Amino acid sequence: MNPPPEASPPPAALPRPRPIRPPGPLVIAIDDVAKLYVMGEETIHALRSVSLRIHRNEYLAIMGPSGSGKSTLMNMLGCLDTPTSGRYEFNGRNVAAMDDDELAAIRNREIGFVFQTFNLLPRSNALRNVELPLIYAGLPPEERRERARQALADVGLGNRLDHKPAELSGGQRQRVAIARALVNRPSILLADEPTGNLDSQTGVEIMALFEELYERGNTLIVVTHEEDVARHARRIVRLRDGLIASDEPA
Amino acid sequence: MYELTEAFRIALAQIGAHKMRSALTALGVIIGITAVTLMGAAIHGMDVSFERSLDLLGNDVLYVNKWPWTNMVDWWNFVNRPPILPENAARLNKIIAATPHSLLEVSVPVCVYGVSVKTGTHQASGVFLDGTTYAYARLLTADVVEGRFFTPEESDGGRQVGVIGADVADTLFPGQPAVGQSMMLGGQPYRVVGVLSRQGPFLGRFSYDNQIFVTIASARKYFGTPRNGGTEVRVKVRDPARMDDAVDELIGAMRRVRGQLPGERDNFTINQQQAFKSQLDPVKRVIALVGLFITGLALSVGAIGIMNITFVSVKERTREIGTRKALGARRRTILLQFLIEAVSICVAGGLAGVAVTFGLSLFIAKSLPNLPVDLSFTLIAISMLVSVVTGVLAGFAPALGASRLDPVDALRYE
Repeated sequence: MNPPPEASPPPAALPRPRPIRPPGPLVIAIDDVAKLYVMGEETIHALRSVSLRIHRNEYLAIMGPSGSGKSTLMNMLGCLDTPTSGRYEFNGRNVAAMDDDELAAIRNREIGFVFQTFNLLPRSNALRNVELPLIYAGLPPEERRERARQALADVGLGNRLDHKPAELSGGQRQRVAIARALVNRPSILLADEPTGNLDSQTGVEIMALFEELYERGNTLIVVTHEEDVARHARRIVRLRDGLIASDEPA
Repeated sequence: MYELTEAFRIALAQIGAHKMRSALTALGVIIGITAVTLMGAAIHGMDVSFERSLDLLGNDVLYVNKWPWTNMVDWWNFVNRPPILPENAARLNKIIAATPHSLLEVSVPVCVYGVSVKTGTHQASGVFLDGTTYAYARLLTADVVEGRFFTPEESDGGRQVGVIGADVADTLFPGQPAVGQSMMLGGQPYRVVGVLSRQGPFLGRFSYDNQIFVTIASARKYFGTPRNGGTEVRVKVRDPARMDDAVDELIGAMRRVRGQLPGERDNFTINQQQAFKSQLDPVKRVIALVGLFITGLALSVGAIGIMNITFVSVKERTREIGTRKALGARRRTILLQFLIEAVSICVAGGLAGVAVTFGLSLFIAKSLPNLPVDLSFTLIAISMLVSVVTGVLAGFAPALGASRLDPVDALRYE
């Protein structure tokens, strides 16, 4: 008996081709940025001199051991913090010169944050959590609801809108956080150890979701100390002692 | 705008999530607002009942007496004055009639006695007997609800007729019409021709309903003419708005009536309800000041409670603040969120305080009818305003602190 040809299983171990999308316009331009913290008598050089360019459609991993300045760089990239010296332009605008409210507006519209600990509001359901950035963007309720619903559907949680974080698994919580990060259509998605609080299987699922998001046209920056996570990116920047040690394709 | 509704939602959710804590915090405000409203209600109630009492005197009536109503300190200035006599009123009326554009309308003599009155079966003692003329009908602050006031003929002829107050009617003629009945005053039979409407107590001291009006001629005949202050002349003024001018005119007219020489001091006093008012005002001011101090103290304790709990709330939710800032919340948004939370607790406490005061005022009205308490709408509005202001003042420092948190530090906070 010859089995019908379409019934033959596809080869399981065939590596999936990894598409690389052509880089788009420049989003982030950092030149000779430094960040100092003064702690009593000591001055800590969290970043000594970092220069970096990130374009739209990139998938970038920032790596480094603790104390390498990776968190500081992430906070800087996320406009949560401003550099002590050097130049930081986001979409051509000088971030270093911005005040708190202008930074808040950039974070709201241009940057989607994904945190290691998810940082969802515990008393709000998934839908309300995802709506939050849209409230700060000043969108009317109906539009907010619609876009939040769509964003949750995009991460595969279309049937979990009314669940509170406590009623969701870790992977689902991180998906809600990703939906929240993307709901305002930011220029970049900035993820800080996105799999750090997940078991390995769920971590793989989240990284698969990141891959999908990249292929759908998002720009991703993942900060991590795990090689397994960084390997998914197309470009890896390694930091050491506040300097860029290497910057090469994955 | 949407941030504002969001802030309200968060505040309500937050209060709902910490019911016990919010209730205890609100307790301070409840006590403060209860103190504010109770104090205000008491002052207002005092005012209202005082006004009502003064209305019994008539706001368009001047009283010519030997003694001033209020100032008794230098009594030696008044004791040697010649008595006010009923005849003064008749002379005064002639002068008023002869004065073109007089501000005075009419004057009537009143002789006041304390008497007992009885019928065959009932008796009332401690009754005020006012002997006066028919013209008094124009000064009456009460309505004649049954019958009529006495006529000019009855008045001039000194007929033994009387108009009685509501309490007297109830005592002497319970459950039956009083008009046409007979009553005994000083051993003399008087016929009741009218009954007055109920007027209530005067400053809570004595009742205008415990009163009988009879013709002055008959009263003087059987009870004599009271000389040391028991006789007075009451003058109705045409226009209460020109009271001061009317007083001046009356002083001039009375000096003529009493044949006083220029430069001589008045040997009579013009009394009016205003005198009571100016007596009460400083008392009210003291009560208000003491009240303000006490309520201010109570409210500031409440405010400290609110401030404390808002600080706790900010501390507890530091990471949430960090997250919100990362997602694009501006300083103003965070400030507003915590401010509204503080104000919400305060307003809830304020509403509860008003409810408590409302309950208390009902209770007081029932158990102590002589203690006037009146919770007005204005007072409720003021106490709500006070709640909001307290919330803003108490919540501002912690809310400002929250709004100024560094997002990096806030996100890292454990």
